[in-house]
Amino acid sequence: MNSEWSPDEDRLLDAPTIRPYVIARGRTEAQDRFDLISLAVTIRPTTGTEIGLDPEHQAIVRLCRRPLSVAEIAAHLDLPAGIVRVLLGDLFDRGFVAVQQPQPEMDVLDERMYKAVLDGLRAL
Amino acid sequence: MAFGRSDSGKTPPRMPTAIKLLIAGGFGVGKTTMVGAVSEIRPLRTEETLTDRSVGVDDLSGVEAKATTTVAMDFGRISIGEDFVLYLFGTPGQERFWFVWDELARGALGAVVLADTRRLADCFPSVDYFERRGTPFVVAVNCFEGAPVFELDEVKLALNLSQDVPIMLCDARKRESGKEVLIELVKHAYGKRPTAAAR
Repeated sequence: MNSEWSPDEDRLLDAPTIRPYVIARGRTEAQDRFDLISLAVTIRPTTGTEIGLDPEHQAIVRLCRRPLSVAEIAAHLDLPAGIVRVLLGDLFDRGFVAVQQPQPEMDVLDERMYKAVLDGLRAL
Repeated sequence: MAFGRSDSGKTPPRMPTAIKLLIAGGFGVGKTTMVGAVSEIRPLRTEETLTDRSVGVDDLSGVEAKATTTVAMDFGRISIGEDFVLYLFGTPGQERFWFVWDELARGALGAVVLADTRRLADCFPSVDYFERRGTPFVVAVNCFEGAPVFELDEVKLALNLSQDVPIMLCDARKRESGKEVLIELVKHAYGKRPTAAAR
């Protein structure tokens, strides 16, 4: 039996699934940290020489010059949302991005928020 | 050089408050169409991966060999001035993706349940889900050509909706129509908000 690697073995690896987990180094624990609509914005650009930052990290930092949600980052980079959460956690911990979580309960902003949203929708 | 956390370093730029709205309903009822009609961006697609934590809860019979399943969701956005941004998520049509629904519904302001009178039963799971979860929702009957025309009261009865759930006709392809549905939803959610109920 031929024990040499053959390109066919690629098929055994579900590449589109496995690759993101390699990017996140198998970590999934940060998945609950950010919501799909948590907004991230870059507060410090990368120099491209930082240790431990992958091209995907750099891509997020470049992308988030304006605030973008986890869902948008995932869509633009074509990565599963769970992986984006892990990468975003790294960037947040190292001070490259600020992350704003959505309001869990809209109590304080309540009246103002509903009114602003209604006015905004009517003006569309 | 120390790595400052974002909350101890310079003030982060002012960010809008993100608000989540859901567009639910059966497969092919026009969820993505409605998202696209009202969104300021072309609808984007994001994927959630079904991992171990949800296996065993969902009915994955027949797919045991596959360790992960991805669920795609289409979404759009509407910026409201500088302060707020609405994200509209089309919920995955299949009921076995409840784990995604739970995440989507968490913190959502409300939901639109799109209904098709030719396949009314398709929206039952969505109605049940939001009722059970206490998420404010409205029902919008998408007017497909050739679909039987019912009085909204009849549809309301068929769906066994509580009296206060707004129901309306819509055309998911039209921006103006989608906008009206969203306005109705936000008005309804305002009346149902926790602080309002406590008063």
